[in-house]
Amino acid sequence: MASTDIHLHDQLGHDHHDDHHHDHHETFLTKYIFSQDHKMIARQFLITGIIWAFIGVLFSVLFRLQLGWPNETFPILETLLGAWAEGGKLSPQFYYALVTMHGTIMVFFVLTAGLSGTFSNLLIPLQIGARDMASPFINMLSYWFFLLAGVIMAISLFIQTGPAAGGWTAYPPLSALGQSNLGSQLGMTLWLLSMTMFVVSSLMGGLNYIATVLNMRTKGMTMFRMPLTIWAFFFTAVLGVLSFPVLLSGCILLMFDRSLGTSFYLSDIYIGGEVLTNGAGQMIEGGSAILFQHLFWFLGHPEVYIVILPAMGMVSEVLATNSRKPIFGYHAMVYSIMAITIIAFLVWAHHMFISGMNPFVGSIFVLFTLLIAIPSAIKVFNWIATLWRGAIRFTTATLFSIGFVSLFISGGLTGIYLGNAALDIPLHDTYFVIAHFHIVMGLAAGFGLFAGVYHWFPKLFNGRMMNETLGVMHFWITFIGSYFIFWPMHYLGMTGVPRRYYEFSNFETFNKYDDLNMLISTAAIVVFFAQFLFVINFFYSINRGKRMPASLNPWRGTTLEWTTPMEPGHGNWVGKIPEVHRWPYDYEVDGHGFIPQHVSDEELKRVTAKHS
Amino acid sequence: MSTLTQNYYSKIHPKRFVLWLFLGSIVMMFAGLTSAFIVRRAQGNWVEYALPDIFWLSTAMIILSSLTLHLAYVFHRDNKAKKYRMALGATLFLGLGFVLAQYIGWTQLTELGVRLQGNPSGSFLYVISGVHAAHLLGGVALLLIFFFKSIRRQEPVKRLMEEIDPERTLGVELLLTYWHFVGLLWLYLFIFFLYFG
Repeated sequence: MASTDIHLHDQLGHDHHDDHHHDHHETFLTKYIFSQDHKMIARQFLITGIIWAFIGVLFSVLFRLQLGWPNETFPILETLLGAWAEGGKLSPQFYYALVTMHGTIMVFFVLTAGLSGTFSNLLIPLQIGARDMASPFINMLSYWFFLLAGVIMAISLFIQTGPAAGGWTAYPPLSALGQSNLGSQLGMTLWLLSMTMFVVSSLMGGLNYIATVLNMRTKGMTMFRMPLTIWAFFFTAVLGVLSFPVLLSGCILLMFDRSLGTSFYLSDIYIGGEVLTNGAGQMIEGGSAILFQHLFWFLGHPEVYIVILPAMGMVSEVLATNSRKPIFGYHAMVYSIMAITIIAFLVWAHHMFISGMNPFVGSIFVLFTLLIAIPSAIKVFNWIATLWRGAIRFTTATLFSIGFVSLFISGGLTGIYLGNAALDIPLHDTYFVIAHFHIVMGLAAGFGLFAGVYHWFPKLFNGRMMNETLGVMHFWITFIGSYFIFWPMHYLGMTGVPRRYYEFSNFETFNKYDDLNMLISTAAIVVFFAQFLFVINFFYSINRGKRMPASLNPWRGTTLEWTTPMEPGHGNWVGKIPEVHRWPYDYEVDGHGFIPQHVSDEELKRVTAKHS
Repeated sequence: MSTLTQNYYSKIHPKRFVLWLFLGSIVMMFAGLTSAFIVRRAQGNWVEYALPDIFWLSTAMIILSSLTLHLAYVFHRDNKAKKYRMALGATLFLGLGFVLAQYIGWTQLTELGVRLQGNPSGSFLYVISGVHAAHLLGGVALLLIFFFKSIRRQEPVKRLMEEIDPERTLGVELLLTYWHFVGLLWLYLFIFFLYFG
């Protein structure tokens, strides 16, 4: 198809009639540390997220060493962990601490703050045509509270009794009683404090994202002209604002139980034959441990959509841009995101089928859980239909997006198994669950994050681009390796191998899968080291990456972020903010390669006439 | 959809919008706490008790404080500095009075044998009304800031600048919204405790 590309940067770049450019004189402190520029805050979130991802994934490698080679010793473990791995063998206590920290770090610090924090900050103002967030100051505080949450969590790694070790879900009574577990002493207190800071951070961020999307769009940017990324970030923020406060309620009650002798979650506890009493010498009774599960999962389930929706939005954008085709079913995509957001609040008890709930209540949660498969399936169909007969450019971002779709299908299908109470009861707390949520939530969201970093790197770091060769290598090792890690876990789970076990040597039923566990652990180590391809590429490209082409639009995208200068200052556009005249997916229409959102029909006619 | 394309200054101010969202998240937090209360209550082993009478006094005070703060807003809008200061002071007084009355209520309950560490029916009351009081104290802190601003002597030029600022009443309006909200929240909690406690 003969096509003309429409480039209007020149007109935009030199339009100084209405100059709002904010030209601050910045010092190192105001530019890099106490920055209120949404782009700098995005970088802060991303780099902090990468550091946490390194720690979180490293922890998984450490406990995979134990699971893969339960009879070996690794002197390096003693070097790294000291008393927690005496003689090179991980202690059971620290195994649980590592599992707990891996979950907490990956879910909250990497896939919530690192993903949504980075890209909501970067893309919302750039793609809707705003100079910054509704409140840049609160936005800055949002990052600082996130950092504080991280610092508190990091401190808990180094205290004598070790970090929280009762699982990332922190179920009481295990998490409530210091006597039950070393990690439930100071480590758990710090965990709760850190999560409180994290909730504050995510509220500040979320409030800002919603207000910015609703109030600060440029002229012509109607809601249904917004890129799908923005729809996704918007509903992610809605989910966070409505569900994180409930987690906070649950945590507050847990803090009272831990420190002030209340019994919201505790009842009839006997430790070593002794009845547990409160400060006044009375028996602790009357609490309900299930209550915490309700409060936790009322956040916990929306949380998985908080993690996956931003990835979905970015994948939609990357796939449409690199297939050179309009996204298939734009409105269906938007309504699917809305439906997921609403149903996300009605499914939490599917994590609690074996908690003794009334089976009739359970069946309602089964119904809603299966219902949420419909919008998810619509999205999958639309991604595939977008790729179908597209002129696909296999950039690293495209590969990671296709990888995302693959993982989302594989992991989503097992979700339908687990959503059924009858199937969940035998599969609950087995490796089948681990396989399911790591593929559909962890890996898929991680792939969305990678796709976003490779695609928007020029907008993150002054027009630099990442190396594509290293990127493609990084993709293939990660993609194949990830399936090697998590696919075998389905089989382990189906035979009933339980999660959270330190070792299986003494279990006749489960100790015959040593080879499989060794395979999984080997794949995990390979994938871990493959991430250095990314890290090296990332940090090298920040200052030395290739500059993007003079068009300032390396992927020939239609959205507004590609109309900003090579190194946009605080305020994003020099001169007027572009006006929007069309939706963001005009690829290969009427003989044009692509038509950016800010091009009006009149301009389009003028340019076309000049070319013909 | 064309109405949505207008810029924010012709519609709701972003700061007001953020405040409303923030109130929404506080609602979710208390929805979480009060539904935990209901779920736990339905499981039995629930000690019932009567609320101390002083909670009626605190309720009256918080309603009255909403009225005085509304007056403060009206006076501020009409540039009546002295009356504004007085109304702010009255609100501050009533707000602190509310917290004091709540505190007296808690000690009375403890004397009756309803203790924080006892049956969850009592623990819930302390925690929920305590978290509410913390939110109210946040409002009191803001009131203090506004109060000290109002008694500060200002240079005439600065004052004139402030008087012509199109957003000069915004701060007081936001504070008023928050204060009304915290009052309404207490009314909800009070009725909730009366009905379910």
